[in-house]
Amino acid sequence: MATAATAPAHVHSGYHEPTGVWSWLTTVDHKRIGALYLYTALAWFAVGGLEAVMIRIQLQGPNGRFISADTYNQLFTMHGTTMVFLVIMPMSAAFFNLLIPLQIGARDVAFPRLNAFSYWVYLFGSLFMNASWLIGAAPDGGWFGYTPLTTYQYSSGLNIDFWLLGLQILGVSSLAAAFNFITTIINMRAPGMNLMRMPVFTWMAFVVQFLLVLAFPVITIALVFLQFDRFFGTQFYQAAAGADPLLWQHLFWIFGHPEVYILILPAFGLVSEVLPTFSRKPLFGYAVMVYSAILIAFLGFGVWAHHMFAVGMGPVADTLFALTTMLIGIPTGVKIFNWIFTMWGGDIRFTTPMKFAIALVGLFTIGGISGVMHASPPADLQQTDTYFIVAHFHYVLFGGSMMGLWAGVYYYYPKLTGKMMSEKLGSWHFWLTFIAMNLTFMPMHWSGLLGMPRRTWVYDAGQGLEIWNLVSSLGAYLQAVAVILGFWNMWRSRKAGAVAGANPWGAGTLEWSTPSPPPEYNYAVIPTVTSRYPMWDGGMQATESSPKSAKELGIPMPNPTIKPLFVALFMTLMLASMLLMHKGMPTAAVAGIITFAVLMTLSLYSWLLTPLEDEH
Amino acid sequence: MATAAAAAAGVVGHGHPPTTTGLEHRKIAIWAFIGSECMLFTSLISTYLAYKGRSVTGPFPHEVCNPPQCATTMQPILDIPVTSVSTFVLLMSSLAMVMGLAAVQNKDKPGWAGTGWWARIQESSRIWIMMTAILGATFLGFQAYEFTSFVHEGLTIRKNLFGSSFFTLTGFHGAHVTVGVLWLLTLYAIDVRRGLGPKDALLVDIAALYWHFVDVVWIAIFTLVYLIK
Repeated sequence: MATAATAPAHVHSGYHEPTGVWSWLTTVDHKRIGALYLYTALAWFAVGGLEAVMIRIQLQGPNGRFISADTYNQLFTMHGTTMVFLVIMPMSAAFFNLLIPLQIGARDVAFPRLNAFSYWVYLFGSLFMNASWLIGAAPDGGWFGYTPLTTYQYSSGLNIDFWLLGLQILGVSSLAAAFNFITTIINMRAPGMNLMRMPVFTWMAFVVQFLLVLAFPVITIALVFLQFDRFFGTQFYQAAAGADPLLWQHLFWIFGHPEVYILILPAFGLVSEVLPTFSRKPLFGYAVMVYSAILIAFLGFGVWAHHMFAVGMGPVADTLFALTTMLIGIPTGVKIFNWIFTMWGGDIRFTTPMKFAIALVGLFTIGGISGVMHASPPADLQQTDTYFIVAHFHYVLFGGSMMGLWAGVYYYYPKLTGKMMSEKLGSWHFWLTFIAMNLTFMPMHWSGLLGMPRRTWVYDAGQGLEIWNLVSSLGAYLQAVAVILGFWNMWRSRKAGAVAGANPWGAGTLEWSTPSPPPEYNYAVIPTVTSRYPMWDGGMQATESSPKSAKELGIPMPNPTIKPLFVALFMTLMLASMLLMHKGMPTAAVAGIITFAVLMTLSLYSWLLTPLEDEH
Repeated sequence: MATAAAAAAGVVGHGHPPTTTGLEHRKIAIWAFIGSECMLFTSLISTYLAYKGRSVTGPFPHEVCNPPQCATTMQPILDIPVTSVSTFVLLMSSLAMVMGLAAVQNKDKPGWAGTGWWARIQESSRIWIMMTAILGATFLGFQAYEFTSFVHEGLTIRKNLFGSSFFTLTGFHGAHVTVGVLWLLTLYAIDVRRGLGPKDALLVDIAALYWHFVDVVWIAIFTLVYLIK
């Protein structure tokens, strides 16, 4: 392998990163922002995992007494919300940040300060939402927050307020990032990098940004209605006033189903990078891969009501949404076959990223097939709200998204840090994860078909549920061990890992031509791209070190700035001030909102009126 | 092609490489933003339409509300003549915006609009930008008047589904106009301080795109909420 042989340990990539807390608070470098996203998301992964372990302790045996029903509600709500919005989405965003500019041959994203802003909004929004634990009022209405349960009459605590305001804040982060990446991909490609030469990860990211741009406004409005109902007494979700009891469900799932593809497509993109590299073959059916992602995104907006078969929409709507749902299985299945054909006849190397990637192909298929099962309304009526559904979406989200993201972590860690992760620990991490994952979620198919309902804190003995729940719980504990191993591997490899060199895996895409870690400007010379795998067909050579700084090379780089952090902070505080209204302090709430709105506007003006970079 | 030329030269430092499309980043971003805003207003308008005729008590937009549905007889609340005027005002603001952008884009060509007093007005970006802001603010004044009179007639945001969905929809639109007015006033301040020229055309261009978008949304709202019974 081309590791230490091509990059002797004494050859550092040459570029010395600024260090210290201040440099991280003010950074506008897409790679550092990517690292911030990654480490923050992994921290929340630990929190969300801990919540899951507590749920599993409670369910380990019948009539568990580990936690109260109220705590249980908060745990499953925050587990779901955390894993979706604070882990998988931001981990995907970490890779968007790290990879998109490198893969298209750009020096940064289109709007570096907006990029920093997105991260800080995410950080503050996630801290705000989890601050609810400190006052014992964590969200407890489910990650889907169905009305009327979440309206003020039925949930008058601050729990739901934390949830809805937190999601509003996080939505700003995702939207700002989406505008940024769309512009970056459309407008900052290196010469020759036409759309059909883009690495597949960038393609998947591109599709996801459109899903974000079109889906997030819908939940924003659904949440605004809920917010107004709760704070100002509007009647959007008041059935007594004539409101449609299904309005929330429709709006939520019009967002919520595209969200599913927002969660999975980045992982699909990552394995589409990993599988060709370790099969030493170009991706099979590149164009079909791209078109099927676009088709998935398009159809993804037309399947939302399959989450609502049980509410009685009538046979016409049920049939229509069953058909579109089965239809969307086709482009997804096409991807699975493309990955298999990529490996077919390839020179396969079973490295850790490859193992995680292959696991995604297998496990996602299981989740995909159970998904097609409840695309059929009669089957769904049996399965809805049971553990069968829990099994299904953990196979696609854990077996799919998380496996793909771990593949990405192992694959790109050398690019991000310049060091290899330990293969030995990685192998342990993978096999433990793989076994524990199946131990946890496979039995849920059986407990679900036996009728065990979701979101219920206890079950009685003697219904045949004990063994399945015990196995699930043991699997969950094993997963915790696996996660600790993975974290340990990341931590120790920073110092102890072998020096990676520019292209340790012998990969074909453009990002591997940069030194590891890349200098702040990525490419001293903007590359000219002639093919999809320029590192394989001689179009590009790896650059092992860049001894010169951006200044010496005369490359204009954006100045570090603290202003996006302030705008994000004041925006979060402004929305957080609304909580005071439900604490009987409306004047303080209004004062807080106005104060922070003014501070936010002033910071924003200060940001916008400061040039991005020095005159050149 | 600029891109090919830059590639041939091997772009080493010295300024940014040319963009792929030749367009400025902000121009693409504002279109993505507008796409997102379309979904925002689609959600608001759809909810308004889905809730049309579902209010269990008055006042109603187009119908009389008689006892016992209402405590006393309530007249239809929407005032189409007054809103037609405010709609006209907002449409005229878009015209002023077009004039403002043209004035900025052509600032380096004195006399481009011809001669005479009207040409001099045409060439003044300050006049047009300020006029756009004033017309926008006038629209907001109409909206404030409309909201106040509705409240006096008994329609609040809490009163019924119509009140909730109407005030939220038009309030969101009004908030967008407010942001637009602040944006225009900022541009005006920059224009006064250092003068906006063709180099800054993009700054005005993206503000104009936003402004026209907000206008188009109002046309949809005016048609679907006010005109169609």
